[in-house]
Amino acid sequence: MNVPEDLLYTKDHEWARIEGDNAVIGITDFAQDSLGDITFIDLPKQGAELKQSEWCATVESVKAASDVYAPLSGQVVKVNGELAEHPELVNKSAYDKGWFAVIKISDMSQKGKLMSPAQYKEYTEGLSK
Amino acid sequence: MEENSVLLKTPLLRQHEKLGAKMSPFGGWLMPIQYSGIIEEHNWTRKNAGLFDICHMGEFALRMDPEKGNLDTLVTISLKRMPLFSCRYGFMLDEKGRVIDDLIIYRIDREHWMIVVNAATTQGDFSYLRSRLEGAGSFEDISASMGKLDLQGPLSAEVLSVLAGPGIRKLKYYTFGYFDLLGERIIISRTGYTGELGYELYMPASKVALLWDRLLEDDRVKPVGLGARDTLRLEMCYSLYGQDINRNTTPVAAGLGNFIDWDKEFTGRQALLEEKNSGSGMRMIYFMAQSRRCPRHNYRIKYAGRDVGAVTSGSFSPSLGCGIGMGYADREIAPGETVALGDGSVSIDAEVTLKPFYKDGSAKSGEAK
Repeated sequence: MNVPEDLLYTKDHEWARIEGDNAVIGITDFAQDSLGDITFIDLPKQGAELKQSEWCATVESVKAASDVYAPLSGQVVKVNGELAEHPELVNKSAYDKGWFAVIKISDMSQKGKLMSPAQYKEYTEGLSK
Repeated sequence: MEENSVLLKTPLLRQHEKLGAKMSPFGGWLMPIQYSGIIEEHNWTRKNAGLFDICHMGEFALRMDPEKGNLDTLVTISLKRMPLFSCRYGFMLDEKGRVIDDLIIYRIDREHWMIVVNAATTQGDFSYLRSRLEGAGSFEDISASMGKLDLQGPLSAEVLSVLAGPGIRKLKYYTFGYFDLLGERIIISRTGYTGELGYELYMPASKVALLWDRLLEDDRVKPVGLGARDTLRLEMCYSLYGQDINRNTTPVAAGLGNFIDWDKEFTGRQALLEEKNSGSGMRMIYFMAQSRRCPRHNYRIKYAGRDVGAVTSGSFSPSLGCGIGMGYADREIAPGETVALGDGSVSIDAEVTLKPFYKDGSAKSGEAK
């Protein structure tokens, strides 16, 4: 399972890449692999205020619909419009072309609640057993 | 989650593991849900040939003179009218016309039949039939020793003729024959659950792995899991037992009355006739979402602002690129009308349509229309 070194992770399999005051967010390779073929993504609206660990998106796969939670609190400044037509980008490129949104982080201290790549790797290895 | 240790396993478990399948419980069995991905497997079956492990399904062997025995009264299929080497789809019903199981009967000889039933209902069906059958020479559950593979897709005849000979191309829809394959004489029927030209192969369980491996050596064949089996059958509006039809529904409500032979006596006939003639009760409707959002099992169906029923099956249609589904409504709803499907937090607009959703299937190719 691919776990990039420059990201932070949640136990619900979201990732955040912190870039200055902003964070790019998405779901992990582990998440896309468990969901299978992704067919639709309900993204947050631009300008929406997200709260850490609360609803931020819904991902539908052929088999089921699953909620995605915000890894950090903040205002949505940009969403990935490509995903409306091509939700399969999340399967193909979970950390790059399959990003969900960019948020302006409202509380940088929340970073402390996220997992490091090493912690997340250990966590997912425990789940696969 | 059921413990994997208590689940039944098909003779192909090692093959599935080697192919990296995602395995999941289904009907008491540990079954492959997907290999490369549901959409890819679905599309492959629509264009090439998909290979399915269907060893979980149940088979019974029956010896019975149809003029003397009573199987005819226990199923909706008219046995006496079946030609040799034909198969027929139908139902076993209770007194109220509700579905105990859907099944396919094969007429192997004048007095020799094979009955193919669903995995989860195999034991119940066998007890039900054993306690009611009269005039049978023998009746046996042969599920454990019988392996079953489905090969489905427009290229399935070409692929299969390499191993089974050109005679395979002569099989008509819903007929079968005996073919020599890998040193065994096995039953192959031109039937399936995908809407494509395809075959169901019945062989000794001990030979399944060998045949599976041989078929996969052909580049035109890829393994397909139960995930794509579900999207393929839903695009055709085929019912899944336990989900679209069950002990609370009738074939009339399910829109399957055309699989019933009304000209003979069978358990449940009276109740079905009353339901059919009254024109009331629940009706299966089919709907196509106006987006990529999928209706899901148990979503409510709303029509003109009123709750009229529930979704029984819903998924994404890889062929059509939108959500599709079916479910029971308490009234007729004309094609073209809009319904809303949801669970309180989601509401999906969908258009009621005629079945099937997918109209380009190759199942009946070569047949007179």
